[in-house]
Parts: sequence; structure tokens; C-alpha cells
Amino acid sequence: MSMQTNIIIAGVGGQGTVLASKLVARAAMDAGLRVRTSETIGMAQRGGSVVSHVRVSDAPIASPLMAPGMADVLIGFEPGEAVRSLAFLRPGGTVVTNAQPVAPVAISPASAAYSGQAMLERLDGCGARLAVIDGASICAEIGSLKVLNVALLGAAAGLGALGFSLDQFETAIRESVRERFVDMNIRALHAGARSASA
Amino acid sequence: MHPWHSAGSRVDKAIVEALHRHAFRYGDDGGPVVARGRSSTIGVSWGLGSTVSSPWGACCVATEFLMGNEAIALGAIAAGVGVVTGYPGTPSSEILPTVAQRNPGRVHVEWSTNEKVALEVAAGAAYAGARTLVTMKQVGLNVASDPLMSLAYVGVKGGMVIVVADDPGPISSQTEQDTRTFGLFSKLPVFDPASPEEAYAMIGDAFALSERYGTPVLFRPTTRVCHGNAPVEVGDLSAPPAPDGFVKDPKWVIFPRLAYQSHLRIEQRLPQIAEEFSDYRFNAVSGSGRIGIATQGISSAYVAEALAALGDAVPEHRLLRVATPHPFPRRLALEFLEGLDQVLVVEELDPVIERELLRLAGECHLPVTVLGKGTGHVQQAGENGVDSVTRALAGFLGLEVAPAADCSASAGEGAEPPVRPPVLCAGCPHRASFLAVKEAMRKRKAVFGGDIGCYTLGNAKPLDMVDTCLCMGASVTVAQGLHVVEPDAVHFAFIGDSTFFHTGIPGVINAVYNQTPIVLVVLDNSTTAMTGLQPHPGTGETMMGAVAQQIDIATVLRGLGVKHVESCDPLNHDAAKAAVLRAVEATAEGVSALIFEAPCIHVASSGPRYVVNEDACKCQLCITRLGCPAISRVDGKMRIDDDLCYGCDLCAQMCPFDAIERVEPTEGRA
Ligand code: SF4
Ligand code: SF4
Repeated sequence: MSMQTNIIIAGVGGQGTVLASKLVARAAMDAGLRVRTSETIGMAQRGGSVVSHVRVSDAPIASPLMAPGMADVLIGFEPGEAVRSLAFLRPGGTVVTNAQPVAPVAISPASAAYSGQAMLERLDGCGARLAVIDGASICAEIGSLKVLNVALLGAAAGLGALGFSLDQFETAIRESVRERFVDMNIRALHAGARSASA
Repeated sequence: MHPWHSAGSRVDKAIVEALHRHAFRYGDDGGPVVARGRSSTIGVSWGLGSTVSSPWGACCVATEFLMGNEAIALGAIAAGVGVVTGYPGTPSSEILPTVAQRNPGRVHVEWSTNEKVALEVAAGAAYAGARTLVTMKQVGLNVASDPLMSLAYVGVKGGMVIVVADDPGPISSQTEQDTRTFGLFSKLPVFDPASPEEAYAMIGDAFALSERYGTPVLFRPTTRVCHGNAPVEVGDLSAPPAPDGFVKDPKWVIFPRLAYQSHLRIEQRLPQIAEEFSDYRFNAVSGSGRIGIATQGISSAYVAEALAALGDAVPEHRLLRVATPHPFPRRLALEFLEGLDQVLVVEELDPVIERELLRLAGECHLPVTVLGKGTGHVQQAGENGVDSVTRALAGFLGLEVAPAADCSASAGEGAEPPVRPPVLCAGCPHRASFLAVKEAMRKRKAVFGGDIGCYTLGNAKPLDMVDTCLCMGASVTVAQGLHVVEPDAVHFAFIGDSTFFHTGIPGVINAVYNQTPIVLVVLDNSTTAMTGLQPHPGTGETMMGAVAQQIDIATVLRGLGVKHVESCDPLNHDAAKAAVLRAVEATAEGVSALIFEAPCIHVASSGPRYVVNEDACKCQLCITRLGCPAISRVDGKMRIDDDLCYGCDLCAQMCPFDAIERVEPTEGRA
């Protein structure tokens, strides 16, 4: 029986999506699985929408990019970006999203206000299993804004959506992150997992 | 189950079968499976069966998770590259820094001032026998095309691989040009890898071919290969052997007589290389039947997914994958075409394979119909994807595809996510520079010429300060043409520091010489920001780590004869505005230059924090004039996002009600 997990990681340039996909890849390689990922690098990294495609399988993977409906898991670093990427998610998939919206640049007093709540409501109705993570409190608890990525990963792993255990991610973190940041990231991983199960 | 969904075992099995049936190599274990299964007719070994074709170490030392660009870099090191040059440009920028990072010690790595310079430096090294790698994006090859065209005639001694990354979409480029077509034009061989692991292996092949024929070769990955990641088996990266050195010979001097002979030689060798390519390990024909699918690069991955998704309904077919589009592997393609009624060509950018197949069909009177971009069966512009290729294949094969079920429909109607165009960072000094010029020119007729870099984003509202943008360096020259026709307006040219060194300087000389009074505004942020903070001649650093002499832009401009040259800090708004007015005044004497000096926020450390005093906040001017991503409106009041604010102070200076207040940071920032 073959296994395959397709993950979309959606966020805003600068939010640290790339490390999240690297950690999944590391865990996959450690588990002897195949993995292919694709990143958004370039102009969009300046505050635009960025999407990573991560594909893990025990069989050869052809395309690094997914088509609509192919993803099992959608990790949103920001609720609006999660909504934007919903087309990738298969019916019955899992959405793990950070609760806090990132406001787009306001260019005129009339610019429509952007409500993260409206986005969360749409996610709620999409037919996927949904976990909303209070990323800001986890970051505050850990003491760094940079751990949002690992916290979200922890949440998805805690739900069993990624096919890897928290232990496997701990190992991946030790292998991929600079030593002085390891502890902080491992704490974030578990905080994420706890908040998803809460 | 809808056809795209691949989580089920049936589809999985179909993918695996499709992959094996067509013997593509997608991160499969062991050696390349795309073996043509017969020995080359001219006795050339393509290193079949080994994963690494480097002559200096053919064993896999470690499996690393690499981005395609990193794989290219390590492949080049494993192949014994001695000199690496290039100019940054998405999606190629990560190749050269990876070589620098993994430098075994004897590789000379440099960011050159532009692509033409990079190619010429590499040519010299290749004349002296070193293996050389040159990296750039597709539009960079336009800049390097002068030496490229001649070098094709002169040739090289050490292998030379020119990596030119194409950008279907385009995602971060000004054109959708196809470097395979440039290969045809320059008569150079072209390699077109489909994945990071293939790119790693192919680089060694490219060096070997280059040396065998004494010709530079083009190596053309696309964005999804450059920025895709996969585990790659990496071989021995120890130091390359020392080249023999330069041997004087008339062949290194191009003359019309020599050019004629070279042209003949090139025309004679192209069919030989094409013949060799027909046996190349990454070119393949597989399957059987009367219909065919031809593809290349990343599109071949989409084709494999699409065939797997369409599953058992797919009729018997033949598949051609072309990894070396020029010179076209004619014998292999004929083998593919023979007996076919219809072919669909799935490729990105130009219809290169499509044209070649059409030509072959005509030449050999084959009764086959070739469908693709020319016939509207494949999109003419933009990027392919698994979904678009599945639709194209389904249409071609006469199959029904149910639209993919996904979660977007069930999410229902409602508020849409906000539009998120890329913007200048919070605290970006370019914002301050644009604002100073904008405010100073409020009542004047002025045209704002832009150039290529982060500062192109100054076109966004509310700044709206980029009226033209053409190509690297063109801000300076387009402004001159505009001035000639419209002398009553002030013509500004905004150019970044790296772009100034790249191709800006000849334009300045032109303006001084022809007495065209433009206002040159150099946005000096001490880095090449857009492509990932590469150093350049003005930064005093090189890729070899040495501290180089810093080239001072003001001194350069004075040396070129620009009389009014002033440097100032754009973040001091009033002083900057006054400096703009002085520069405009000075155009009475000819070209004038203003250098706005302030580092990109990514190479400097952040300042104090700012908060909005809600009671004093009245006008919303910070939003209507600045467009700083850290400032948003919450319940009718302005709010500064503490995490995003960089502390540049610009909003505080702009606020007429002094409502934006500075607070000292309480603790270190993450
Ligand atoms: S990366 Fe630097 S130059 Fe580019 S927008 Fe951000 S601050 Fe400005
Ligand atoms: S000080 Fe004002 S303009 Fe500068 S980054 Fe902070 S909010 Fe933006």
C-alpha cells in the first residue's frame, strides 16, 4: 500500500514558509521516503503571496507542483492566504491556519478593511478539518516571532495530518536548525501541537 | 474520485506505472533509467549507469536535499569547475553563492558587473583550459549575447557551461523569452533538465560535450527546476585539477576569414552533435501506438502526472522527451514520428520541439499532424501546470475530465482574501527617496524613469513614481530620449547601485557627452536587494570573501564629467527634498546627479519603534502618501504594526499633527 502526503504551505513573503517545507522534507528523507518541494522565490518575497508545495511519497513523484484538489493538508500562515490556496485542498483534507491576519498595505483611506475573521469563517465552512492556531500567543510564549512556522508544523503534526510524529520533527529540527535555535523551535513545535489538540 | 486526486492507491500505482513505462527518471533509486539501451554509434560514453559523470569522482558521497540551483552548483563542482562567474537574476541567483559556499578551495567565484562581463571573464579562463560556469537569467543572456555569438565561433578549450534560467509565467521577469531559441540562433548546444537531480547529473555531461567539441554550451533550467527541491546524490566535491594554461594561437583572435571557417565548422559539427544527442541518456522514446506526445523539462513531469490521472482511459501512445533541444536529436525524433498519425507537443515558452517535428515531418513526407501551441492545443503564453496539461491531453485524446473537486467551492461565497502585490519593505529607504522627489516635484512637470530592482516596486500606489521601465540601465537612456522630445519637463532616472554598475554607466557618459540634462538619482542601498542581497563593486566585498576596494559612485560620476553630484540621506525628508530641488536647478548646467545613500533594511539593523497617538491622529496622510506595510487602519485610526515597523522615522516626519511618536525599544527584537 503506498502512502502519499501532499502539503500546501501558504503565507506572505517574509513569514518563514521555506523552513517549514524544509523540515517536512528532512523528516521524509530520514524516514526513507521520497520528497519533492517547490518554493516561491523572487519578487513575491517582498510581502506578496508565497506558496510552497511539498510532496512526500514512498513511490516516485513526478511533479513538484500540485494541481487543484491534490493536497491533503493546507498550512496557512495567515487566514486569507489559507483561503486563497483552498483550491489545492482535496475535499475532506485538513487546514491548519494561524489566526492572526497580515494586513495588506493600506494605500488609501478607503482601502477596504481586511477581516481575518471573515476568512476564518470561510475556512470553517469549506468541508475540511480545521484547526485555528493562535500563533501570536505561541510566539509570545516562546519569545520569538520566528517560530510561527514550527508552531504551525507542530499543530499539523499533532493532528497526525503530516504522516510524521512530533519526535520525527524534533529530529528534523536538530538536523536542520542552528544549534542555539534548536530548543526554542522544539518548544514551539510542542506548543503548536498542544494548541491544535486543545 | 476526480482525476487529479492522487492520494489513492490506484492513482499512485498509475503514476508509478506511467513513470516506468516511459522510463523517465524522477528521483528513482539507482542510476538513470532513461537509458536508450544501446551503445552510441560514435563511441561516446554518456556515463550510462553512473549517477555522477564527473571524471574526478564518480561515487555518491552523500544524499542532500537540494534546490535545483544548488544541485547545478554542486554538479559543476563535482565536474571540476575552476572558474564561476555570473550576475544575479531570478530564478538563477542561488547557483553562484552555492559554489562560493561549497568552494573546495580552488574555484574562483565572482559576481561580475554584468552578464557580458561574466561571460568574457569565463571565456578567458576557458581559453586557458579551466572548466567554467557562467550563471544568469534569460534576459541576462541578451546582455551577454555579443560575446556569446562570437564565442560560438572562436570556441573554448576548457569546458564552458552557460546556465541561463528561463522564467515561464513570467514570475519575476520582463519577458518570456526561450533560451532554447537562443541556442538555435547562436548555434550552440542546449541542455534542458527536468528536475534538480537530473540537473546535477546533466551538468557533467554538458562540460564533457563542451570540451569534446570545443564549444560553449547552454544549460537551460526553468523556474520550477531552479526552485524545486529534491534529494540529490552528491559526489566528490574535492578541488578541481589545475588547467594547463593559455597557449598562444591565432585561433583566439576572431577575424572575418576565421569567422567564415568557424561558421563552416559549426555547420558541420551540428549534425554530429545531433546524432550524438539521439543516444543521449536523458532523451527518450517509449511506448507504442499511432498517437504521440512530445515534451521537455518540467512539462514532462506534468505529462506524467496527467497520464496517471487520466488512468486506464489513456489509449496506447508513444512518448518523446527531449532534453537536448538543440541541435535537435533528429534520428531519435524520426524514430518517434514514424507511424504516428497525431502528435501533441507539450512544452513551455517557444514551440521549439513543435517546429522541429513539423520540419522533420515535412522533410521526410510523414503523414503526421503536429498539434501544440501553433494549433491552439497548448497555451501560447504563461506557465504549464498539471491541470492545464491534463486538460490539453484530455482534449487531444478525446477524454472527458471532470473538474477537480477541491475545497474552494465548498468554502462558499464571501469576502475574498486581500490583493497582495509585492511592495517595498517597511522602512525601505527607496520609499523615502521616491517621496522626496515626489514632494519636491509636486508643482512641476516631471517624468520618473525607473529601472530593474526592488525600486521598480515604487510604481505601486500611493507612491506611483515609476513612469517607465524597460531593461537594466534604461532609466538613464530612456530619460534622454524623452528629454529630446519634451524638453520642458524634468526627466528623472532612478537607478539602483548594482544596476548603475551593471549597465548604467555608459548611459551617463552618453548624457554628459550629448549634453542632455537629465536628473540621475542613484538609489544606493549598498546591496543587490531584489535577488537576495548579493555584493557588487560598490560594497567592498567579493564572493571570495576578500575585502575589495569599494568603488565610490560619486567619484565615478565626477570622473565621467557630471558637474553637480550630491549625496544625501533620503530618510531626512526635508534635507532630501532640498537636495532634489538643487539637483533640478543644476540641470541648467547639464546632467546632474543625486545619490540617495541608505542601506537596505536587510543589511542594516533596525531603529526605534513608533506608535500612533490616536488622539492626535487626524489626516491619514501616512496612508495616502507612504504606503508603508507596517501602517494600517484599524477602526478608523492608524496603527503601526510593531513587528513590521523598522523604525525608519519617515512617517513621523511626514505627519503634520505630530501624531506618530517614537518609543525606544524595550527589548531586543526577534
Ligand atoms: S529588500 Fe531592501 S531594497 Fe528591497 S524593498 Fe526591502 S528594504 Fe527596500
Ligand atoms: S517608522 Fe513609520 S514609515 Fe518607517 S517602517 Fe515604521 S511605520 Fe513604516
